[in-house]
Amino acid sequence: MKGNLEAERTPGAATAVAAVELDAVAVRFRAKKKEVTALRDVSLSVAPGEFVSIVGPSGCGKSTLLKLVSGLLRPSAGSVRLFGEAVGGTRHDIGYVFQRAALLEWRSARRNILLQAEMRGMPAAEAGRRADELIEMTGLTGFEDALPHELSGGMQQRVALCRALLHRPPVLLMDEPFGALDALTREQMNVELHRIWRETGTTVLLVTHSIAESVYLANRVLVMTARPGTVAEIIDVDLPGSRDYAETMSQPSFAEATGRIRDLLGAATATD
Amino acid sequence: MSMNPGGSEGRLLAVLERSWRPVALLVACFAVWWAITSTQLVPPYLVPSPGTTLGVMTEKSSYLWQHTWVTTYETVLGFVIAVVIGVLAAVVMVYSTTVEKTLYPVLLFAQVIPKIAIAPLFVVWLGFGLTPKVVVAVLIAFFPVVISMVTGLKSVDPEMLQLAATMGASPLKTFAKIRFPASLPHLFSGLKVAVTLAVTGAVVGEFVGANEGLGFVILQANGNLDTPMLFAGLLVMSLIGVVLFVLVEIAEQLMLPWHASRRGEAATTTL
Repeated sequence: MKGNLEAERTPGAATAVAAVELDAVAVRFRAKKKEVTALRDVSLSVAPGEFVSIVGPSGCGKSTLLKLVSGLLRPSAGSVRLFGEAVGGTRHDIGYVFQRAALLEWRSARRNILLQAEMRGMPAAEAGRRADELIEMTGLTGFEDALPHELSGGMQQRVALCRALLHRPPVLLMDEPFGALDALTREQMNVELHRIWRETGTTVLLVTHSIAESVYLANRVLVMTARPGTVAEIIDVDLPGSRDYAETMSQPSFAEATGRIRDLLGAATATD
Repeated sequence: MSMNPGGSEGRLLAVLERSWRPVALLVACFAVWWAITSTQLVPPYLVPSPGTTLGVMTEKSSYLWQHTWVTTYETVLGFVIAVVIGVLAAVVMVYSTTVEKTLYPVLLFAQVIPKIAIAPLFVVWLGFGLTPKVVVAVLIAFFPVVISMVTGLKSVDPEMLQLAATMGASPLKTFAKIRFPASLPHLFSGLKVAVTLAVTGAVVGEFVGANEGLGFVILQANGNLDTPMLFAGLLVMSLIGVVLFVLVEIAEQLMLPWHASRRGEAATTTL
């Protein structure tokens, strides 16, 4: 994030108002006097309310992609736009969920969620109502006063999700949010995230290692190649808007999409 | 979930459970001490018996109290000043690499100079009063405070800081709500070291030149070959250290209940 990454933004008018738009983005950084290309020529346009999953081999720059969208990182080349506006610095109109819940150990679940409001200076009453709403939506009722170490991994991640949604961000960035959970909890979280996404209408970018998860949740899946990360293919997921987990798994279009991703990832790692 | 023993009875049991071993060891030490002296293995003018020592402590209690207060005052004052300066220095160093690079070698240099060796200099500079003792206590207690606070402030999850950035948090809010509270467990482990060192600092200051304090008491007793008083002074001095250490631990438990409870849990799972 330091000065070794230079932003070079192409000036010009935004044409279609996409929620997130990446245009020929590249990220290069210097490591041990060698220039490393993390991302090369990545272009992606995400419509408002769309759910896009990003899969790819380890170290292909998936997380870097989310950092670019949030403005935590500036591209070396190309442009990043949020709702037509060039990303110049860290954006505050996003929600971020990491693989580790990153909760403050000394705060209860509810107060961890409210951190978002305190940092933003949101009115306390409104923030409190919104927190209660999210607590109910994510099934955290009864755990509001628990400290993070008293919560299971799934519960902790729910708290992180509530915190990310508190300020009603138009864009939600999720970096392998369920990577550390056991398979069963992960499935439950997938079902809940799907429901929450449909209820909130937020644009979601989800980085994941799970092919099934990427397809089940998304409208489209961005498959990336190994480093330097480029777009291998963007796959349209042909599944209904509201998805039942078991039913979705048995759909021919689900099998088709996961099969295609598996082929692409196999090819990506084979050239490694 | 943590298993909280129910009621005050359970808590008492827990305290007993925790403290009987060290108490037993302490009793054993006194027993050995008593055995050595009562069998005349060592002449009493070299090692007085526990009975003689305790006798001196009760007999000369007002004299001892007076000097104990002096040393305690110097220690606490030195410790508090060391904490304030140490925490501030750590904060500045963590937020400015330039300051850190400039200050760190100087701090290290100041740390490796034996305080006992420079204590006479402070007497020359600052006289025989309270100041040189406090200065030595500050110097000796300062280092663990800075090191632990720097470590604490740097131990913050970088993702947490990135998250704060996306929340549009000001540096001050990020410090107050994330960095500072996150650093406290580290700070407290440094404070425990610092408070015991502060006692040493105060006594070293008294050794070099003083007419009051436990360091003075010990030097006097030494000059008069009054070993019972010497032993009494040593005992009281270590008691000051233990009491201050316990007070810091109590403060830690009051301020960081979340940390203490988690640590307790870790202990029960590893046992």
